[in-house]
Amino acid sequence: MNALALPTRHDEAYRYSDLDALAGVWPVAREVLRVPAGEAAARAIVISGEAAVARHLLVDLAPGATCDLSLLNLAERFGRIAVEVRLDAGARFTLGAAQIGGGEATLEIVTEVTHAAPDAVSRQTLRSVLAGAATGSYLGKVVVARGANGTDAAQSVRAMLLSRGATANAKPELEIEADDVKCAHGCAVGELDAGALFYLASRGLPPASAKRLMLQAFLAEAFAGAAEEEALSGKALERLEALL
Amino acid sequence: MLKIHNLHATVADKPILKGLSLTINAGEIHAIMGPNGAGKSTLGYTLAGRPGYEVTEGAAQLNGVDLLALAPHERAAAGLFLGFQYPVEIPGVSFLQFLREAANAQRLGRGEPTLSGGAFLKLAREKAALLQMDMEMLKRPVNVGFSGGEKKRAEMVQMGILDPALAILDETDSGLDIDALRICGEGINAIMRRPDKAVLLITHYQRLLDVVRPDFVHVLSGGRIVRSGGPELALELEEQGYEAVAA
Ligand SMILES: Nc1ncnc2c1ncn2[C@@H]1O[C@H](COP(=O)(O)OP(=O)(O)O)[C@@H](O)[C@H]1O
Ligand SMILES: [Mg+2]
Repeated sequence: MNALALPTRHDEAYRYSDLDALAGVWPVAREVLRVPAGEAAARAIVISGEAAVARHLLVDLAPGATCDLSLLNLAERFGRIAVEVRLDAGARFTLGAAQIGGGEATLEIVTEVTHAAPDAVSRQTLRSVLAGAATGSYLGKVVVARGANGTDAAQSVRAMLLSRGATANAKPELEIEADDVKCAHGCAVGELDAGALFYLASRGLPPASAKRLMLQAFLAEAFAGAAEEEALSGKALERLEALL
Repeated sequence: MLKIHNLHATVADKPILKGLSLTINAGEIHAIMGPNGAGKSTLGYTLAGRPGYEVTEGAAQLNGVDLLALAPHERAAAGLFLGFQYPVEIPGVSFLQFLREAANAQRLGRGEPTLSGGAFLKLAREKAALLQMDMEMLKRPVNVGFSGGEKKRAEMVQMGILDPALAILDETDSGLDIDALRICGEGINAIMRRPDKAVLLITHYQRLLDVVRPDFVHVLSGGRIVRSGGPELALELEEQGYEAVAA
């Protein structure tokens, strides 16, 4: 594929995108993170603000390398983070990602994780909170190459809708060409539990505080154990408070 | 303290409360008994303002305040506490975190000064000890992984921390073993038996009433109070059953 041609609706990875907003930031530079054999890297990407933002990260993990990646997508109009990961033998990739949006925001996180050699592990946790008429999408493809036996890949994808007008798209996808592979994915779109909100209210918590507490707990699953857990949670909380 | 007049309420368009009237004065403990499905929990939820419980007629006042005009959190600030028959589990939200926010939101709502972190912890520790509950449990997510008895004790700890004027306790005794029943009952007495407070106990069993002695007992059936009396009414119910007594 020509990396410079503007994608269309027919490109699978852009099916839910805001192509007009994307045109304004196209072409998107590829950022590269290579982790040498046996080494460990951690990286956090936060996008926010009214301007359209698109990022594209390539992660290449040599044998036995590990990478912890945290993503926080708070863009107010259009925010897209694409990540392509290639894992060599015994490498480990952990992704914790959250996107929070309101208004007319279009938020997307798109991952393609390729287990190219045996015994690599990938863990992806994605949490979305969508209010107003926002759309949040996660497209997550896991490819297990021929011979990548002993692969262990998991995706946990959950979205919380705060209004009738909000939309969540979640599309985990598996392409497996090896044997002895463990791939798990869970996917759920829901609303805050009304019984829990009433329980909190009955103790005297105003509705916005009750929602904030429950959403903080929901989002915490994305950043548990991340190097920048506190900073990321703080930024997420600030955005939540603006939306509630 | 609490004045309920001719209360009618529907749940999912189905009439459940059908003209319930009840007055509770400060310093009194009342018990409501009645068959399953009579509307006991509906009464608690309706007074606490649970969404989906629609008042179609009647009035309810707490210390002169129109409860029915308030949002659920405002009813709590006005002095109402509901002990749930089935306390709700809330993953990821700790008791201490939410109770401190709730207690301070109530205080702000009443124009009182808020509690500092230290003062709140001291209060929580004191109430946990009263209910013989390990403080560590209050650092855990709300009710998650708690046994039935632990959930009910945690409800009483919350009542102690929030210090309401009126507590409606919905089957606090169900699911408790004998020791836990005594601990909860004595907790209710310690926290709520005061001249400026009142309790409405919803229960099926005399055994709770042996610890928390009611001043008045009512029988709720078909969405109304069909009989009222003193403590002896509970004994009569236990002997003869609801049908004979309510008829
Ligand atoms: N959420 C609900 N939707 C429909 N009906 C309900 C709901 N909750 C309670 N009811 C009905 O209301 C009636 C009273 O229930 P409840 O107040 O729980 O009784 P009690 O606590 O006295 O056993 C029952 O007939 C029950 O089926
Ligand atoms: Mg009940």
